[in-house]
Amino acid sequence: MIPLGRGLLLGDGASVYSSEPRRSKRGVKAGMEHVFVYTRKRREFGRPCHFSDRPAELIVDILPDAGLRAEFVERNPLPAQVQCGPEWSEHEVNTERLESEARGMNHVEGGWPKDINPLDMEQTMRYRKKVEKDEHYRSAIVRLGSIMEHYIKQNNAVDIYQEYFTEGQEEDDEEEEQEQPVARTISVFRDPGAVKRWVTALSWSPAGGCKLAAAYSCLDFQRAPPNMSYDSYIWDLENHSRPEMSLKPASPLVCLEYNPKDSHILLGGGYNGQIAYWDTRKGSHPVETSPIEVSHREPVYKVIWLQSKTGTEAFSGSTDGQVLWWDIRKLSEPTEKLVLDLSRKGDLGHALGCLSLEFETTMPTKFMVGTKQGLVVSCNRKAKTPAEKIVCTYSGHNGSIYALQRNPFFPKYFLTVAGWTARIWSEDVKESSIMSTRVHLLDGCWSPVRPSVFFTVKMDGTLDVWDFLFNQKDPTLSLKVCDEALWSLRVQDNGHFLACGSQQGTTTLLEISSGLCTLQRNEKALASEMFERETKGAKILEEQQREIRLKERSRSEQSKEEERKESEKVERAKELLERAERHFFHMKIICKHFMCFFYRSLLTLTN
Amino acid sequence: MSVEETIKRIQSQKGVQGIIIVNAEVLICNAGIPIKTTLDNSNTVHYAGLIHQLVMKARSTVREIDPQNDLTFLRVRSKKNEIMIAPDKDYFLIVIQNPSE
Repeated sequence: MIPLGRGLLLGDGASVYSSEPRRSKRGVKAGMEHVFVYTRKRREFGRPCHFSDRPAELIVDILPDAGLRAEFVERNPLPAQVQCGPEWSEHEVNTERLESEARGMNHVEGGWPKDINPLDMEQTMRYRKKVEKDEHYRSAIVRLGSIMEHYIKQNNAVDIYQEYFTEGQEEDDEEEEQEQPVARTISVFRDPGAVKRWVTALSWSPAGGCKLAAAYSCLDFQRAPPNMSYDSYIWDLENHSRPEMSLKPASPLVCLEYNPKDSHILLGGGYNGQIAYWDTRKGSHPVETSPIEVSHREPVYKVIWLQSKTGTEAFSGSTDGQVLWWDIRKLSEPTEKLVLDLSRKGDLGHALGCLSLEFETTMPTKFMVGTKQGLVVSCNRKAKTPAEKIVCTYSGHNGSIYALQRNPFFPKYFLTVAGWTARIWSEDVKESSIMSTRVHLLDGCWSPVRPSVFFTVKMDGTLDVWDFLFNQKDPTLSLKVCDEALWSLRVQDNGHFLACGSQQGTTTLLEISSGLCTLQRNEKALASEMFERETKGAKILEEQQREIRLKERSRSEQSKEEERKESEKVERAKELLERAERHFFHMKIICKHFMCFFYRSLLTLTN
Repeated sequence: MSVEETIKRIQSQKGVQGIIIVNAEVLICNAGIPIKTTLDNSNTVHYAGLIHQLVMKARSTVREIDPQNDLTFLRVRSKKNEIMIAPDKDYFLIVIQNPSE
C-alpha cells in the first residue's frame, strides 16, 4: 500500500479508492486521466455540503503486468548511502545597528501635573500652596524634620574624617627610612646607529629636566670605525624608542651641555677640538662652530656654561692643556685663554691635559680643572696676570681625573673621581683628600638633594651610591646596570632620576628610592660636622707629614716611631687619635714581623 | 509644631546651607517638584531632579535585597559638603550641610 495522500490509497495492483460527495455524476476510469465532474443546480450553489460515509468502491484495478518485468534488470548489490550525522542548517543573523550617543541632560523642572504650566509662576505657586495645606504634608514634614535634626547635630558633634593617629603615620615614615635603598631601571635608550659608540656625556635639560641630551663618540684613540655616525641625540624621557632630535656636528661630540638659563640652547665640544652650539628650535645643525685654528687641538673633554648676565658664556677644557673661554654669540675666537702650565710660563709643552672642569655658580671667579696627570688645579679667573691665574693644586690622585664636582650644599668640599679612587677634598687641605674609596671608577657626581650622597660608575658597568654619613668604606647601594663600562653619569635636578651612559651607546634611566633622595632631618648639620672633622684630621696629618719629612734626613727609622708615639699624645680630636693609632699599630705590626723574621733567621743561623 | 518652625530650626543649625522639600509624585516624568526651598531656583531644580532619582534608586535597591526592608535615610558625603535626604512616602526633605572642620 503506498499512501498517496488525502484519502487516496494506491494499493498493490493499483486500485484507487476515494470518498466522494453525494451528488456525483460520473467518473472517467481507465486510460490516462482521472477526471471527476461535479455538477449541481445553480440555486443550490453555496449550500453546505452534506458529506456522508459510504463504503469503499473499487474504482481502478490495475493488475500487474508480467511482461513489464522483463524491462527491468535486477541489481545486486544495491549501493545505498547512509549517513549518521546531525542535520545542519545555516542562518545569518545580524542586529540592526543602533547608534548611541552620550549626552548631558539639562534638568528642567518637571513632574508637574499635566494641567499646570511649570513656567507660569502663579499656577505653580497655587499648586504649592495647595500642597502645603495638605495635612499629610504637615505631619510628614514635621516627622522628617526631627529625624533630620538628629543627623545634623550628629554631624556637627563629631568629625568622622578626623585623623586620630597622626603619630602613627609619622612612625610609618620613620620605618620607611630604615628600608633598603633601591634604585631601579626605568628605561633604556639605545644608540640607534649600527656602530655602537660610547656615551661620553649626558646633560639634563634645565628646569624640570624631561629631556636628556647624550653625546656619543668613540674615545679610543684612532680606533673609531670609519662609518661611525657623528650624531648626538636628545632623548625625551617618555619615548625611548626614538630620539626626539639629533644633533649633527662636524665631528663626534665628546661633551654636551644644556644652557641652564635657556632650555633650547646646547653647547657641545667635539672630538676634533671644535666647539659648536645648537638651538633646538633651529634644527639639527649647529648654529655656529668655532673655527679649527683657534679651537683646541685635542678633543674637548668638558664644556661648562658660565654664570653671566647674558647667559651666553662658556668655557671649555681639553687635553691639549688649554682652557678657553667663549661667548657663543661670537664663536670665531675665544674670549680668553689659559694654559695649564704649572710653572706659570704659559708653555704649552709642559701643560697639563685637562679632563674635567668644575664651576660653581656661587663662586663665579674661581674654577677648578681636573687633569690627566692626576692633579686638581684651582684657578682664579679674575687674576691680573696669566701667571697668577693658577692659584694652587691638589695632588694625591694617581690616575687621570675623570670627574670633578663641588658639593652643591657645601661648596668648600669637592668630589673627584679618578683612576682607582673617589676622593672628597676640602679646599683648605691641599695635599691629601679627606676621604677616599677604593674602586675603579669612571665618573661621579653629587646628589643635588642630599649633601652626603654621591654616585659613581665603574668600569664593569656598576652604579654605586655612596652615603658617607652611613658608611664610608663601601657603597650604600651597588647596582649592576649593564655589562659594559659606564662612561658618564648625571643626576637630574630633583635627585630622583639618574642617567648613565655606557660604552655600547645605551643610556639607562634609573629611579632612586625616596630614601636616597629626600633630605633627612639634621642631615645638613651632620654632613657639615663630618666634613669639618675630616678636614681637621687631614690637616693634622698634613702637618705631621711635613714634620716627618723635615726630620727624615736627620733621624733613623726608630726615631720616627718615637715621634709617632709622641704625636699620639697630641690630642686634638678623637679620630685623630684613632687614625694615628691605626698608623702606629700598623707600623708596630710591621716591626714585629721584622723582629720575628730577624729572630728566626738568627735562630736558623745559630742552629 | 508647624512646618515653618521645623524649617527654621533646621536652618538655624550650624553648617546648614540649604533645605529643599520635594514632592515625590512620579506621575509624569522622573523629576520631583520642589515645594519649598531656601536655595535659588536653578539649584533647587537641579537638586530636586537629581536627588529624586537617586532616592528612588536607593529605595528600590534596599527593597530588592529584602522586601521587608525600607529606606529610612540617605547621606551623600562629598568633599565640600554633605547632602542628607529623609524620604517619606510622598515627600523628601533634603538638607545640604557643610560639616565644619
